[in-house]
Order: sequence, then C-alpha cells, then structure tokens
Amino acid sequence: MLRSKDLLGLKGLTAEEIESIISLAFDMKRVLKSRQTTNDLSGKSVVTLFYENSTRTRNSFETAARLMGARTSSIAASTSSVTKGESLIDTGRTLDALMADIIIIRHSMSGAPHLLAKNVKAGVINAGDGMDEHPTQALLDIYTMKEKFGSVKGLKVVMVGDIKHSRVARSNLWALNKLGAQVVLVAPNTLLPAGIESLGCTVVPDLEEAAVGANVIMGLRLQLERQKAGLFPSISEYSSMFEINREKIAGASPDLLIMHPGPINRDIEICGEIADSGLSVINEQVTNGVAVRMAVMKLLGGSK
Amino acid sequence: MNGILIRNGYVVDKSKTEQNDIYIENGRIAAVGRDIPCTPKEVIDAKGMFVLPGLIDMHCHLREPGQEHKETIETGSYAALKGGFTSIACMPNTSPPIDNAPLVRFVKSRAEAAGNAKVYVIGCITKGQKGEELAEIAKMQEEGIVAISDDGTFVTDSSLMKNALEYAKTYGLLTISHSEDKTLSNSGVVNEGVNSTVAGLRGINRAAEEIGVAREIILAEHTGARLHIAHVSTAGSIELVRSAKNRGVKVTCETCPHYFTATDEEVLSYNTNAKINPPLREDADVDAIIAGLKDGTIDVIATDHAPHTKSEKNREFDAAPFGTVGFETALSLAYTFLVDTGDIELPELVRLMSYNPSKILGIEGGQLKQGAVADIAIFDPEIEWTVNAAELSSKSKNSLFDGWKLTGKVTQVIVDGVIKRI
Repeated sequence: MLRSKDLLGLKGLTAEEIESIISLAFDMKRVLKSRQTTNDLSGKSVVTLFYENSTRTRNSFETAARLMGARTSSIAASTSSVTKGESLIDTGRTLDALMADIIIIRHSMSGAPHLLAKNVKAGVINAGDGMDEHPTQALLDIYTMKEKFGSVKGLKVVMVGDIKHSRVARSNLWALNKLGAQVVLVAPNTLLPAGIESLGCTVVPDLEEAAVGANVIMGLRLQLERQKAGLFPSISEYSSMFEINREKIAGASPDLLIMHPGPINRDIEICGEIADSGLSVINEQVTNGVAVRMAVMKLLGGSK
Repeated sequence: MNGILIRNGYVVDKSKTEQNDIYIENGRIAAVGRDIPCTPKEVIDAKGMFVLPGLIDMHCHLREPGQEHKETIETGSYAALKGGFTSIACMPNTSPPIDNAPLVRFVKSRAEAAGNAKVYVIGCITKGQKGEELAEIAKMQEEGIVAISDDGTFVTDSSLMKNALEYAKTYGLLTISHSEDKTLSNSGVVNEGVNSTVAGLRGINRAAEEIGVAREIILAEHTGARLHIAHVSTAGSIELVRSAKNRGVKVTCETCPHYFTATDEEVLSYNTNAKINPPLREDADVDAIIAGLKDGTIDVIATDHAPHTKSEKNREFDAAPFGTVGFETALSLAYTFLVDTGDIELPELVRLMSYNPSKILGIEGGQLKQGAVADIAIFDPEIEWTVNAAELSSKSKNSLFDGWKLTGKVTQVIVDGVIKRI
C-alpha cells in the first residue's frame, strides 16, 4: 500500500515507494501480455475526469482498470456540467456521491488534483496537472528504463525540449534523482524553468554534446503555440538545434534508448527514421503505461 | 467627572517609550505624564501594556461599493479596529471604481454611519482605472480624498502617468503607485524562482515590479511630484527607492507584513492564501526588507488587506484571486517578527505604522502628545495567540497567517476619545 490514498506526484514519494510500484508493474505486465484479467478492482468504480483532451492516457487508465475488474466511466469537461460553471470541488463531491472509488484527473492548472484529493473520499490519481507533474508517465518511463537496463542507478538520461512547461520532465526529474540516475537537460534558456540546475541536473544546450555517453534520450512534446509566445524564433530553428537525429546521437552509448511520451511531432522533436527504428521504445512505453497504471490502482486499492 | 485616564502603561511615540499616564478629554489628549490631576469618568489600567498612537493603514481594500460579499465598509472598518487601526485609507478599485466625487462622498458617509475606524478615501488616477483618461481629481479632492491610485493596475501609458503626477502636484496630492509591468507578469501567479519550478506554477519575474518602480521614480524625479510606491516586495525595488531618496526624489514607500514574514515556500502546498500580488518572494528579499525598515528606506508598513470569499479562494491556484486579509494580524506580526527579534524598537514601529502614514497622507494622528487627537491602541505584549482565520472579524477569512503563533495582541482601541467595543 502507498502511504496516501492518492498519487498526486513523485516529488513526495520515497525511492522505496517508487520501486514498489515498478516491481508490481512487472507482474502486471505479465498479466497484460498473457491477455489475462484480475479481480483486484472487482466491484470498484474508476472515473476519469479529464479537463484536457487526451486519448492515450485516458484509454490507458480505462484499459488498466477494466483488466482488473473495475467498472469505468469518463467525464470530459468540455461536454459536462463544467461548462455550466460547476467547480472542481463540487464535481468531485458529485463523483463521491456516485460511489467513485478512484478518480483519475487531468487538469490544465497545477495543484488541481491536490485540491480535489483534499475534498473527496475517493482516491485521486494525477494524470497530469498543468506544469506540475504526470507521475504515471514518469513511472512508466522508469519502468521502461529498468526493463532494458535492470537498474536506473548511474544511467545518463538526457531530456530534450520544452522543459519549462513540461510536467513529464519534472516528474521524471524527481524520480530519476531519487533512484540515482544522472539527468542532463537540453533546451534553450527560454524553455528552461527558473533554478532548475539546483534541483539535481545539469543543463547542456548542445544536443550533440549532451548525447555523448547517453543511455536514454527522451524527446518532449513541443507545443507549437510556444513560438507565438516568443520563446523561440521558429519551428525550423528549433528542430535544427534540437531534433533528435542520427547526427546528433552519434556519440551516445551503444545501448541507447530513444523515448518520448507521445504523441510525437515527427521531424520536429524526433526524426521519423529514428522514431521508427529499433532504438525507439516509444510504443513499448505505451504498453508499459497500462502495466504501471494497473500497479498504481492496485496499490491505491480504491477508497477507504 | 469627565474623560478617560489610561494609567501605568508604557506610552510609545515616534521617539521613545516611557511609562506615563494619558488623560483624554473631549476627543483629544489633554495631558501625558505621571500623577495627572483629573477626575476621569473611566480609568483604563494599562499596566504591562504598550500604549500606542492609533495605527494608520494607508493601503487596504473595503470592497464597497459592488463587492459587498467579500467585505463592507462597516465590517472592514471594524476588523481594522480589532487590529489597532484607528484610521484607514481604502483603495478605489471597487465596482464601480471611486473615480468621481459622489462616490467619495458615498464611502465617507458609509464609514461615518459605521462609526468604527476612521476611513479616508483614495481616488482613482484614471477614469474607471482604465489607464486612458485622468479621473476628476480636483473634484474628488474637494470631497476629501487623501491620495490617488489605480492600485491593482499600472498606468501603462507613461505620458498619461506623467500628466497624472503633474496634475496631482497642482493640488498637493500624493500619487500611490502599484508598480508592475504587466507584460512581464503576464499570466504569472507566484514569484519566479526555484519554488515556482517545483510547484509547476507560472512565475512572475521580479523585473515586473522593479521596472514599474524605476519608471515611477524617474517620472517623479522629473516632475517634482510626491510619489509613494505601494507594497514593495523585492530587494531590487528597495535599492531603487534608496538611491532615489539619496538623490532627493520625493518618494516614499510601504511594505506589508507578508513580505517580511513569509516566502514563496508557502506556495508549494498550493495554499491560495499565499497567492498575493506582488507575490511572496525569497529569503534574500525578506532580509532586504528588514534592512530597509531599519534604515528608513521603507517608510510605512501597510496591510493591503484584500478580502475574498471562501468559494473564490477555495479553487485551483491559477483560478483563485490574489490577496490575503491583514488588519487583525499586522501589528502582532510586526511585533513578533521585528520587535521581539530585536530588529527594530517600538518607537520605530510606531513611526512605520502610525506617525509616517499620518505625515505622508496629511491626516491627523500618529502622535501621543498634549492636544493631539485621542486615537489610541493598547497592545498587550504578553498575550501569546494562534491565528484562527475562522474567528477573524473581517467578513472574509482568507488569511495567509491561519494557524500562525503570534506574540502580542491589541486589547483596547480609542477613536476620537471614545473607547470602541472590540
């Protein structure tokens, strides 16, 4: 069991808690791949409450929940009473009243899952809040690295892209530090958050230089609107400096993994050839995501 | 038998603390000394207490007209009394904003009817606070405004701001500036720093405040107008004011208790009562503010009392409005974090919270001497208390300081020689 009824982020978890989720996920992947089901969430209700669009994450959670016997339902804010002005807390209370055991929330504002968790009896899983965290994404990323390398400790993990606005980068940073990996960030200063180097990583703005000896290079999604906000001059300049391609990764470790949370902007963040090559585990990440989410929901076990 | 005698207290004025009695008659201080010959109707035993000139808050929000669900002139002026404030100056960013004479008259009459702390009105700089045209400043002054300000917004048009300063100078009026370059603060909600990165919240770089402060100082310097910078929060802003004062610019400034008692660490838990504009800063800024209070760069401690209802604040951090209430905790916070620590002495605190505001606004108060208006706060330094936001007297309870342990509390307040029930 985790200490809390909720999974809001990785910054508050211990290395042991993270390891326990990962090791349970290995068991869950075996169940998943053998097309079996379990009874872990039999009789439980799992609701996805998404204030931001998503197909892969929402689907991943729903698949995971159903494989464990839960009944699932989903609320997309754009078509719900949220458009009538219903507050997050009132929505949460309604879900409690509908006997939800686990609420999976994705929201554009950091801290929204924390507010929800304080005000509902159900267990809350953060599926991404603003620029804060996306804990299950980082957990599946770590799982993927562990599956390949056995341990994350001592690995050189390079993250490339809009770190400033990335909850995936943050969740990964907290977890990788706790587990002893070495984290290098690649981005122009306008796409880096304040004080990031004091939080356990180094910044190397040159991708080719950063990639030397790297075991993992993780591309992050570039939101094209950031260009309008003046954070970089053009997509063309961004991709010429930061696109993960053969030339840039020439110095990486021979056992290099190319990762990305998806969906990828082909030939902007990653060149298509690499995304489709044997170096890429992007699709395996998606499968691992279901296993990790099964593990998380089993550990949270539903409401107390 | 007439008047009130306050006995055995430590009378604190702007220069010294001395054990003395005070005799009040007909709304004014008739005598300060020992063994005053008098036959008082009421006697207050202030043994062990500090007797201060009533505090004057030159920056607060009373939300009336238009936002009475958050606070009213009556509830706000009462909460002010509880905090030892006998005079308060309220900002005009109400609905509608106080940009004309009839509205000034409205606020004053509501305050008079309430009969709590004395309320002075600050009028808008621009019509509707839109930053486009000057408000009817002279007409508002005839109704008694003590300053002009577009607090909450910044007059982005520098030429208009220069005109505002010149125009205000004609009438000897003070201009109070909420200094913030909004193109920089943008959609930020907290101080830009390590903690904003950890919490994943959009940061407001300190340059937003400092660029605003710099512009206002330069305009004040070239027009010779009187300028007061509201709520300074950064070390850089204090340095700008310090060097401007050294050059002889007619600038004064204020800070608020939250800027010398809290940092942006408070936002890590997404506590919306820590969402304030300007935002809570970092340790180095807190140190710079305390140094600025000590060396006189900062003239005033004001509250920026900003009430918001529970449903407005009990929301996602990004969606919650900015502000914390402050009347009832200000003096205790200043005492606990500045006086009790030995950073400043009580007479200095009296200058910061009573004497200086009275001089800057040109209103009576701030002194405990014969002939002065009998506005007095009695403060018991022995009371140790824990702030319970639910029990605050202001209509809204959004206090950053909920749960904080403080030393010292106001026990009695006298306004115009009348003991107020608090």
